[in-house]
Amino acid sequence: MNLATEAGEAVAMIGANGAGKSTLLRTLAGLHRPAAGTIHLEGRDITAMPPHERAAAGIVLVPEGRRLFPSLTLEENLLVGTTPRRRGAWNLARIYELFPWMAARRAMTTVFLSGGEQQAVAIGRALMTNPRVLLLDELSLGLAPTVVQRLYDMLPQLLGAGMAVLLVEQDVTQALRVSGHVHCLLEGRITLSGRPAELKPADVEAAYFGLAHRGGGSG
Amino acid sequence: MVWINAAVQGVLLGGLYALFACGLSLIFGVMRVVNLAHGDFAVLAAYLALAVIAAVHVPVLWAVLVAAPLFALVGYAVQRLIIQRSLDISPLTTLLVTFGLSIVIQNALLEVASANSQSLPAGLLTSGALRVSGQLSLGYLSLLIFGTAIVVIVALQMFLARTSMGRQVRAAADDQETASTLGVNVRHVFGIAAALAFATVALAGVAFGMYSSFDPSAGPQRLIFAFEAVVIGGMGSLWGTLAGGVILGVAQVLGSQVDAGFGVLAGHLVFLAVLALRPNGLIPSRSV
Amino acid sequence: MAAAAAPVTVRVTRSRRPSYWTAIGGAAVLAVLASLPYVVYANVTDLLVNFIILLTLATTWNLLAGYAGLVSVGQQVYIGVGAYTVLVLSGSGFSPFLAIPLAAVAAGLASIPVSLLLLHLRGAYFAIATWVVAEAVGLAVLRVPSLGGGTGATLEGLAGFDPAVREALTYWSALAVGAVTVVGCYLLLRSRFGLDLTAIRDNEVGARSVGVRILSAKRIVYVVAGAGAGAAGALLIVSQLNVQAVSIFSVQWSAYMIFVALIGGVGTVEGPILGTVIFFILQQSLADRGAWYLIIVGTIAVVMAMWVPRGLWGLVDDRFHVRLFPVGYWLHGAVTNPGKSPET
Repeated sequence: MNLATEAGEAVAMIGANGAGKSTLLRTLAGLHRPAAGTIHLEGRDITAMPPHERAAAGIVLVPEGRRLFPSLTLEENLLVGTTPRRRGAWNLARIYELFPWMAARRAMTTVFLSGGEQQAVAIGRALMTNPRVLLLDELSLGLAPTVVQRLYDMLPQLLGAGMAVLLVEQDVTQALRVSGHVHCLLEGRITLSGRPAELKPADVEAAYFGLAHRGGGSG
Repeated sequence: MVWINAAVQGVLLGGLYALFACGLSLIFGVMRVVNLAHGDFAVLAAYLALAVIAAVHVPVLWAVLVAAPLFALVGYAVQRLIIQRSLDISPLTTLLVTFGLSIVIQNALLEVASANSQSLPAGLLTSGALRVSGQLSLGYLSLLIFGTAIVVIVALQMFLARTSMGRQVRAAADDQETASTLGVNVRHVFGIAAALAFATVALAGVAFGMYSSFDPSAGPQRLIFAFEAVVIGGMGSLWGTLAGGVILGVAQVLGSQVDAGFGVLAGHLVFLAVLALRPNGLIPSRSV
Repeated sequence: MAAAAAPVTVRVTRSRRPSYWTAIGGAAVLAVLASLPYVVYANVTDLLVNFIILLTLATTWNLLAGYAGLVSVGQQVYIGVGAYTVLVLSGSGFSPFLAIPLAAVAAGLASIPVSLLLLHLRGAYFAIATWVVAEAVGLAVLRVPSLGGGTGATLEGLAGFDPAVREALTYWSALAVGAVTVVGCYLLLRSRFGLDLTAIRDNEVGARSVGVRILSAKRIVYVVAGAGAGAAGALLIVSQLNVQAVSIFSVQWSAYMIFVALIGGVGTVEGPILGTVIFFILQQSLADRGAWYLIIVGTIAVVMAMWVPRGLWGLVDDRFHVRLFPVGYWLHGAVTNPGKSPET
């Protein structure tokens, strides 16, 4: 596949389970090594870079399932994001501005937070790295639709500052709503690309389930 | 009254065990690795101190200033070159490799230093004691070692809780993958944790060398005591390790009060009892 | 998805030609070995007795670690139990040679309560706990004067034998123990139980989900390994004619077992055999170098563990796909990757 994102743009990857969406994000973050191909960030070839260097280069992952650090308090979780020492607008104060409820809970363990709150902490933690590219893996997993909505409502603010966002979503409606560009993935291949406004629901459905390629050997 | 004196001696001995054990506890808590050569590295530190003293004629405590930083470097190297590599293969491999390392160190010491028992000269510290009452006296050396154990544990706790590197260590211990995507260089961070652990091993080795005599084969016994202290107190908790060390020390001293040869065995029995009844230790923060 | 292909018939067999030769060759070797006392001096057969003791220990340790995933650093406790059982039985009038199988049984029985205490532990916890048990039992035995205390005890029951006869009988007992151990382990692994063990080794959760009873499988392996170590201990006291608590309960024995396993390879029946041969040769050739022998062997073992994790037999197996003691299954007919050995 060929994939590109621009600053200020949100690109969504949709597709059924097992299509390879999370694997793609994890490969971009450096957790898997690609069998072939290259990854470039702002012109730099980062294909061989280990994950911690990629975070320093400006690409960070908000992992599927949140994966907060259970031994650390909320604030400490956020502070781990300062490890790459990148300059930028994001710091603790701004995160607490974005999520006012966090300030009161900063010294608590994150284990008892609700799913949506944990997701917010995970996003905040990633933002603290001041990334150029934010990778969001299945934000909506296990969360109520209103919560998901509120989380995604934050997106324009991030994009407006020049960040690029690549998000993987099970929830196709949300994905189409928040992104400027969408790719549909099936068994590791892109079956459909385009701007959400220009895509017909029937096409999306066909690409999602692979119906468009009947007789060609897939599905 | 004799028993109270014995119990107090046991508590102080527990300080020495805790000093041995906190390095082991740190490494296990962070990486889930038990370095079976832990005790042998401590004995190595004692021999190193002996060599430094023989060469430069400084008091023992100065030898610590040489041994501890040197061992920190050694620890970093051992972690990144040997332990990390073994971990990448399988957790069982770390056990086997560190066991092999233990045998190699013991026999290398045997070749270089001979099998004779040695001791580190502690000077005034060995003989002096604080007389609390008619039958209760606290040796200066034991008090110093106990105090050192407390200081070391406090320092390690503060490192883990208050510093950025400490935070990275805890994050990597929780979830290596996620930590790495947030910029934590997990291998380097594990190396730092190992460096700290090895520095404490150097302290423990020198302390042990002053407290009693040692020979090249003394390592495994120290490892067992350290491990028993960690298990009794509860894995992953440094203060638990202190408690475990104290309980072990008391069990051993009281045991030898009952009968001269029974001390070490008494400690083993307490350990096995804890394993049977409360496998997570007395102050668990992680489970077995 | 590929279009449906014509159905392929697959044949499953247990052994290939090398193993038939192994069986024949093994019987021949055994016959030759059995005749040795008539042909060579006692120092050769003594050497072989020591070799077989090591082989027995290594094979059973490999069963424990390579198949049940239990790294024990405390098998020496059963070596001691075996040796002291022979001592006690011999003291009551039993023939020490006949006591050898009884010692194995005693060690096996002794391992049952220990297994109840330790088997729920994992990894390093299990390893060090086994070590502590060995230390504790060793210390306890030291305190029993009738077993010799600190100075050790002598085996009386063989005093009446002619030395040559005694050495020959010792040797033949060792051959029997060695053959039973190796063949026994092989048959165990080849059986349905062996399949369960391999499943546990590869994926415990998966194995449990298909109904493999993990804890009882591990317990069986632990008891068998204990019995094997007990037999080795019995052979030790019979060949050395005395026993000392400090040395027989020493962790040095575990060092030998681990080194053999690392050199030869863990997880196959052939690995411990190859490892014992190499270790034994090293031990004999470096014997007068004192501590250097262990430094060298230990370094080799560490290097092997990190760079050749499957041991030397693993290398042979990878290269030549040979199994003298086949415990897996061969698929004939549906080979899609011709270069890959389908046997596990």
